[in-house]
Amino acid sequence: MSLDATRLYLRLAAASLRAQMQYRASFVMWSVGQFITVGIELLGAWALFDRFGAVRGWRFAEVALLFGLVNVSFALAESFGRGFDTFSAMVRSGDFDRLLLRPRSTAFQVATGEFQFLRAGRLAVGLVMLLWAGSALSVGWTAARLALLAGAIVGGACVFYGLLVLQATLCFWTIESLEIMNALTYGGTEAAQYPLTLYRDWFRRFFTFVVPLAFVSYIPAGALLDRPTVPALPEAARWASPLVGVAFLLVSLRIWRFGERRYQSTGS
Amino acid sequence: MSAPFAGFAGNLAACAAVFRARCRALLQYRAAAAAGFGTQLFWGFIKVMVLEAFYGNAMSGAPPPMALGQAITYTWLGQAFFQLLPFSTNPDPEVRELIRTGAVGYELARPLDLHALWLARALAARVAPTLLRAVPMFAVAVPLLGMALPPSLAAAGAWAAAMVGAAALVGAFATAVTSTMLWTTSGDGIARIVPSLVLVASGMIVPLPLFPPWMLPWLDALPFRGMVDAPFRLYLGHLPAGALPGVLLHQALWTAAFVALGRAMVARGLRRLVVQGG
Repeated sequence: MSLDATRLYLRLAAASLRAQMQYRASFVMWSVGQFITVGIELLGAWALFDRFGAVRGWRFAEVALLFGLVNVSFALAESFGRGFDTFSAMVRSGDFDRLLLRPRSTAFQVATGEFQFLRAGRLAVGLVMLLWAGSALSVGWTAARLALLAGAIVGGACVFYGLLVLQATLCFWTIESLEIMNALTYGGTEAAQYPLTLYRDWFRRFFTFVVPLAFVSYIPAGALLDRPTVPALPEAARWASPLVGVAFLLVSLRIWRFGERRYQSTGS
Repeated sequence: MSAPFAGFAGNLAACAAVFRARCRALLQYRAAAAAGFGTQLFWGFIKVMVLEAFYGNAMSGAPPPMALGQAITYTWLGQAFFQLLPFSTNPDPEVRELIRTGAVGYELARPLDLHALWLARALAARVAPTLLRAVPMFAVAVPLLGMALPPSLAAAGAWAAAMVGAAALVGAFATAVTSTMLWTTSGDGIARIVPSLVLVASGMIVPLPLFPPWMLPWLDALPFRGMVDAPFRLYLGHLPAGALPGVLLHQALWTAAFVALGRAMVARGLRRLVVQGG
C-alpha cells in the first residue's frame, strides 16, 4: 500500500470507530455477550485440565498463553477484516460491480467498507488470559520478549486476516460463502489453542507449512517458555511470526486478484 | 364439548403438515449439507486428537470416569447430531423477520395456535438437517474413525427412545427462546448467550462425566444434559438401559416446563403486542 492509501485506510477506520462508538449501549451488550460466550467455551478446556492435570507436558497456564495469543489475533482480524467476512452478500446482490468502477483496488474497498469494532468480548478474554498467563508463568519479561509477543500478535492477526480474504475469494467461484471455510477460521482458532505437538503429523504440517497457524501461537509461545520449537524448523523460526503472517496475507491478496478476474456478476 | 377437541385435532394436523413441508424444504439444501459435513468431520478430528492427548496424560493416575474409546464415540455422536442443538437456527430467523416487519400480524389471523406452529417449525428445522448429516457421519466414522456401535440391542433401543425425547426437549427449548423475541423487537439479548451455555452444559464440547465431580449434580439437574449427554451415554452403555425411564422423565419434565414457559410468553406477548405499521 502506498502512503496515500495507508493514510486513507486509517482515516476510514477512525471514522468507522467514531461512528460505532456512538452506540455505546450496543457496544457494551455485544462485548459482554461475547465475553461470556468465549469464557463459557473456555470452561470446557479448563474441565479437561482439572481432570487430567496437563496435556503433553503443558499445564493450563501455559495453554492459556496459547489461548490468549490466538484469540487476541483472531479478534483483531475479525474487527478489521469484517468486510471480507460478509463479502458473499456483496457478490450475491451484485454490489461488487460498483467497486470495479472506482479508482482504488477492490481489496482496499472491501477492507474499508466495513469494520466491526463493537465486539470487544473476544479481545477482552484473550487479553485477560495473556495477562494471567504472563504473570502466572515465570517468563522473565524483557524488551526482546515483549517484542516477540507483539510480533506474534501482529503476525497472527495477518494470518487470520489472510484466511478471511481467502474465504471471500472463494465467493468469486461459489457465490455463496461456504461453511467449510469456517473449519479453517474457527476450527483454526480451536486447533491453535492447544500445543501443536498433540496433533497427528499431517495435521501439524498443514497448520505449519500451508496455513501457518503454528506461527500464531505455538511457535512464539514455545519461544517465550523456552521450549524446543517444532522439529525441522531452525531456531530463527521463533522470531518469524510477523514475517510469515505478512507473507501469508500478501499471498492471499494475490489469490484475491486472481479470483477477481474470474468474477462474473450475478446480474441482480 | 367437542369443539375444543376438534380445534385441537385440527391444530395438530395443521402443525404436522407444517412440519412435513418444512422438512421437505430443508432437505433441498444438499450442497450446504455436504460442506457442513466436511466442517463437522474436521472439528471431530480436532476434538478426538485433543482427547487422545489428554488421556495419554492420565495413564499414570486414577482411571478417568469414561474410557477413551467411549469418549471418542461420544465425540463422533456429537458431530453426527450437532444440528439438533439450538444454534444457528435459533431464534428462528424467519420468525425473527416476521416480528421485526410486523408480518406476525398475519400469523395471528390464521386459525392456528402460534406457539404450536413455531414448535413445529423448530422441530423441522432440527430434525431434517440432522437426518442429512447423521447418516453420512455414521457411515464414515463407524468403519474409519473409531466410532463404536451400541454394545447391545437394549442400549440401542434406549438411545433411540432418548433421542426422541431429546428432539422434543430441544424443540420446546428453542421455541421458548424464539418466544422471547416478542419482547425485544431486535430478537437478540438472551438468544446470543444461550448457544454457548447449551454447547458446554449439554456435553457437546467435553463429555459431561469428565467435568469435576462437584459440578455433576448441577449439570445433571439442568435441562441440557437431556439433549446430548444422557442419550449418548445410553448409546455407549455408560448409562445402563435401565436408566432410560429416569432420562425420559427428566426430559419430559423440562420439555413440559419449556412448553409452559413458551406458551405463557406468547400469550402475554400477544396481549401487549403492537404491530409496527408498515
